[in-house]
Amino acid sequence: MSKEDSTRAPLSEADFRLDRRGFLTLGAAGAGSLLFKPGSARAAERIKSQARIVIAGAGAAGLAAASHLASRLDGAKIIVIDARKEHFYQPGFTLVASGIKPKNYVVSSTRDYLPAGVELLEEAVAEFDPEGNRVVTASGTAVPYDFLIVATGLKLDYAAIPGMETERIGQDGLGSIYHSPAAAEATWHAMSDFADKGGTGVFLRPGTEMKCAGAPLKYTFITDDYLRRRGKRSNSEMIYNANNKALFSVPIVHEKVRMLFDQRQVKVNYERVLESIDLGKRIAVFKTPIGPVETQYDFINVIPPMRAPDAVRNSPLPWQEGGWAKDGWIEVEKHNLRHKRFENVFAVGDVAGVPKGKTAASVKWQVPVAVEHLVASIEGKESAAVYTGYTSCPLITRLGQAMLIEFDYKDNLTPSFPGVIAPLEELWISWVMKTMALKPTYISMLRGRA
Amino acid sequence: MKELDPLVFLAVFQEMLGPLLWVLIAIALLATFAFIRLLVREKGIVARRLVRSELAGLAGGGLSLVLMAKVSSSGFTDAGGPADWFLIALVFGVGMVGTAILVYSLVGWLRAPAKSA
Repeated sequence: MSKEDSTRAPLSEADFRLDRRGFLTLGAAGAGSLLFKPGSARAAERIKSQARIVIAGAGAAGLAAASHLASRLDGAKIIVIDARKEHFYQPGFTLVASGIKPKNYVVSSTRDYLPAGVELLEEAVAEFDPEGNRVVTASGTAVPYDFLIVATGLKLDYAAIPGMETERIGQDGLGSIYHSPAAAEATWHAMSDFADKGGTGVFLRPGTEMKCAGAPLKYTFITDDYLRRRGKRSNSEMIYNANNKALFSVPIVHEKVRMLFDQRQVKVNYERVLESIDLGKRIAVFKTPIGPVETQYDFINVIPPMRAPDAVRNSPLPWQEGGWAKDGWIEVEKHNLRHKRFENVFAVGDVAGVPKGKTAASVKWQVPVAVEHLVASIEGKESAAVYTGYTSCPLITRLGQAMLIEFDYKDNLTPSFPGVIAPLEELWISWVMKTMALKPTYISMLRGRA
Repeated sequence: MKELDPLVFLAVFQEMLGPLLWVLIAIALLATFAFIRLLVREKGIVARRLVRSELAGLAGGGLSLVLMAKVSSSGFTDAGGPADWFLIALVFGVGMVGTAILVYSLVGWLRAPAKSA
């Protein structure tokens, strides 16, 4: 969880659940507030407790959990541990990399959102010791707990791509949105240069779990749109390399994106994972079923493999077997985020080993459920709160339009405005939500007000 | 699904607009109050003034759309379906009605004392 390689809050999502009348009454500008409907926290009475609760990570999930816990508990000691002083609004990274918003749109300070009475320890967690009910920080300080919420986010594993150098993002046609706000901005300059000249644009996603699986698709659509607007599309080639046999894990969304890519003449290759890159020669090598394939590019958006941070991977917390064990995602019950082996441990946000959605919308719905179960444990009760896997993605398909895709663990579409906002329709209203309402709603979530 | 909470809307609008939210609410309340008082005082609508206010309202509606396009980094060629046309109509409508009421009340109150004097 070093400052450089770890990012916490999920990208680019929101959930918009409200009744249609409420929405129509308030108009789209207010619709973002629906993104994050009220948790049960505010309504409930505060419970007296001396419990010591440690939250590892101060991203979207960690801060939202701190706010919910602070409003539910009276007298509990809540300690948030995170080395990074800045808070990143990651859903905005795509907008920065698209030239829509400036870099400072996504940067604020963690302390701005820290609830009163919650302690912030500005250090990285170096070791998780769930058997000893304690975590150890980078400076060697042991912090004991009664309950632990792991919200460390994940690690962007750029080092796993031979030839990749993050300091060269923005040069020689190299883009990489996820790395940082500065890299998102540098990516915009590289992409804009590409759109001025045309050429071959290569887009991809990693072979691991990733945050906001819609983001690689969005950026392909946005780049395609810029090329068209600047009259360079006809002499350009756009290539999207999917890591497996689908463009999106929800089959009906995959089909829709496949059709849109077809319409826009984006060439799709399946089962191609970036293996290495030569930044000077602008050659990307992809692993495929028929062996390595070299692709020459003029612009590439590199999305690195994503894994749990090292401190989590090296602890007893991850899944011990199955597909998630290798990358260290934490072994939690998917409907309540409680650890399957350590009852007093929860994991929320990107680091949780659950089937869907490493997004802010997931955080919004996971945190109240996890907190509900934690508080019930303090009271010696059982909670019936359930997280269904609901998440959402305002999937930008061109500048000014997006599809508001919402789904759950079962790959069902779960539209919040059936009959009004069709989930697979490219709409301006969905774009308006993404650009205007999402950030205020996200900030409200951090403060525990949504 | 849980109930919709007006406090959540308030929280989000506060984050979106900051102190401007309260200024806008104050203007809206004040204009509405002034309009109603004016109706009572003049015992009805002054048709000539209403027509002029409605003309100003058209401009206000247009301005709302321009403002909306600017803050959402988009343009109205981006409308892709019925929900978009509804939103455009809504933004225009709110801008138009708001401006018309504001102008009607302002003009009425600026002129009314002279009339009653």
